[in-house]
Amino acid sequence: MQSALVVVIMSFIVFSGVFLVGDPVEILVSDDADQEEREMMIKSMGLDKPFLVQYGIFISKAIKGDLGDSFVFQEPALLLILDRMPATMELAIVALLIAIIFGIPLGVWAGLKPESLASKSIMTGSILGFSLPTFWVGIMMILLFAVMLGWLPSTGRGDVQIILGMPISIFSWDGFSHVLMPAVNLALFKLSMVIRLARAGTREVLHQDYIKFARAKGLKETRIILIHVMKNILIPVVTVLGLEFGGLVAFSVVTETVFAWPGMGKLLIDSIGLLDRPIIVAYLMIIVFLFVLINLLVDICYSILDPRVRLQDIKS
Amino acid sequence: MTTVENNMEPEEKGYEGVQTPLRRFLSDFCEAKLAVVGFFTILAIALLAIMAPFIAPTDPYDLATVSVLDSRLAPGEAMMNGTIAHLGTDGAGRDMVSAMIYGLRISLGVGIGSGLIAMLIGISFGLLSAYAGGKIDSIFMRIVDIQLSFPAILVALVLLVTLGKGVDKTIIALVVVQWAYYARTIRGTALVERRREYIESAVCLGLSKNRIMFRHLLPNCLAPMIVVGTMQIAHAISLEATLSFLGLGMPQTEPSLGRLISNGFEYILSGKYWISVYPGIALLVTIVSINLVGDRLRDVLNPRLQK
Repeated sequence: MQSALVVVIMSFIVFSGVFLVGDPVEILVSDDADQEEREMMIKSMGLDKPFLVQYGIFISKAIKGDLGDSFVFQEPALLLILDRMPATMELAIVALLIAIIFGIPLGVWAGLKPESLASKSIMTGSILGFSLPTFWVGIMMILLFAVMLGWLPSTGRGDVQIILGMPISIFSWDGFSHVLMPAVNLALFKLSMVIRLARAGTREVLHQDYIKFARAKGLKETRIILIHVMKNILIPVVTVLGLEFGGLVAFSVVTETVFAWPGMGKLLIDSIGLLDRPIIVAYLMIIVFLFVLINLLVDICYSILDPRVRLQDIKS
Repeated sequence: MTTVENNMEPEEKGYEGVQTPLRRFLSDFCEAKLAVVGFFTILAIALLAIMAPFIAPTDPYDLATVSVLDSRLAPGEAMMNGTIAHLGTDGAGRDMVSAMIYGLRISLGVGIGSGLIAMLIGISFGLLSAYAGGKIDSIFMRIVDIQLSFPAILVALVLLVTLGKGVDKTIIALVVVQWAYYARTIRGTALVERRREYIESAVCLGLSKNRIMFRHLLPNCLAPMIVVGTMQIAHAISLEATLSFLGLGMPQTEPSLGRLISNGFEYILSGKYWISVYPGIALLVTIVSINLVGDRLRDVLNPRLQK
C-alpha cells in the first residue's frame, strides 16, 4: 500500500521535474522547418496541452503499461528500455556475484585476524575501493587492459546468445571477455562495502556468548566460522546488498557510459542529451518500481534469515 | 551506510584519568600513521587549492594565453610561450598542472561547500525531528527514508537534468542528495542523548526549546556528525566528478577534476593517457586522504571500540 503511494508520488515528482527540462522541440525539429510544421510536431507529441493535463494523460496511459513513445525513436519508451534491460541486469548481477564471492571471505578473514598484515592490506584496499571514483577506474582499466596490454576489448557487448528468450553474453568467451571489465569496475565499490560489513559483523559476532559456547562445546573452528559466524553476518550483508542492487543498476549508468555497454543506463544518458522526455520518465519510473520491488524482496529474505523479525510480525 | 551509523550511536563515554578529552583524542588519532599522513595531505591539497592563482604556472581560464596550438602535448614538452608542460596539455591546450590545480579548487570547493550546507540543513531537521518527536518526527523520517532508498547518483542526475549546468546548481543537487544522511545520523544520536539527565534538568530549568536543542543537545551529538561529515565530503567530491564526467554538473568553462578526466577520455584510445590519468590521481589522492582521516575518526570516536 505504502509502496504504491511512493510510486505515485515519485511519478509526479519525476514527471514535473522532467517537464521543466528545456524544450525538446528545439532539438527535434530541423532548423528549416516552418511554423506550421513546428506546431504539428508539438501537437503530435502532446506538448501543447497544460502540464496537469499532460500528467493526467501520462498516468492514465501508465496504468495500462504505456509510458509514452520516445520522441526520437518514435517507439514505445517502455519497450526501448525493456529491450536494453537484460544487458544492464546481466552487468549488475555479475558485479553483485563478484562482490559476494570475493567480499565475504576477505571480510571474514580481516575480522578474524584484525592485526595481521593481510587483514590490514585488505582494509586499506577497501578504503581505496570506496574512494576510487568508478568512472576513473573504468578509464584506467581500459587504458591498461585494452590499450596497453590489449587483453580485453574496451567497448560493446560482444557475442550474445539467446537463453530463455534473453540475450546473454556471459556464456561465450567473447561475451565473457566483454563483460569482465565493466562488471569488475561496477563491483569494486560494493566489494569494499561487503568486505567492511563482513569484517565489522565478524568482529562483533566473535565476542558473543554463543560463539564462546560453541567453542566450549569443542566444535571445530571451521564449523564455528562457517556456520555460527557466517549465519549472523549474513543478515546485514543481505540487507545491504539487496538494497544496493538497485544502486548497482543505477550506478551502471556510469559504467555503461565508460564501456559503451548497450544497457538502459547508456540509453538514459543518450536520452538526456537529446531531451527525450518519455524515455527519461519511463526509465525513472522503472527504477522506482524496481526499488520498491527490491525493498519488498529484501524484507522477505530478511525474515527468512532472521527469525526475530518473524516473531515480531506475528506478535503485532 | 546504515550499519556505520548504527555503530556510531554513542554509549558510555568514560573519560577517565588526567588526560583531557582533546589530548586523548589526538593521541588516539595519531596512533594510525596512515591517518596522520592523510591529514597532512589534505592540508597540503587545501593550501594548493586556496593558493591556486599564485602557484599555477599558467592561468587555464585566461583565453588569451591558452593556445590551441599547444593542445595534447605530451608531458615534459614545451608550450608555445616557453613554459614546460610537466604533465602535458589537454585538448584545448591548457597546461595540465595549472588546470588540475584550478580543477582541484573547484572540486574541493563544491564538495566542502555542499557538505557544509547539507550538514546545516540535516542537523536542523534531524534535531527538530528527534526533539519534537511524534508526527513531525515520523513525517521527516519518512521523507528521509524515501530519499535514502534511491541512490544518490540518480537523484543528483535527475536534479541536474532539470536544473542545468553550473556551480550553484551542482551544489544544490549535492545538498539535496546529502542532507538526509546527516539528518538521520543526528536524529539517531539525539534520540539517545535526549533521555539523559542533563536534558531533563535543562527542561526543568525552563530553558527555551531552541536553547536546549542547539546549546545542550547539539554539542553532545557532534562526534558522529564529524565522521559522517568527512565521509560525505569525500563522497560529494567523487559524486561531483562522476556527474561532470557524465556531462552534467560543471560547465566546460570551469573544469573540475571530473570534467578534465572526461575531456581526456576521448583521447585515451589513442594512447594520450595524461589528460585523464593525472587529474584522476589528484582526485584519488584527495578522496583517499579524506577517507583515511574519516575512517580513523570513526574508530577513535566510536565508544564501542574503545579500550
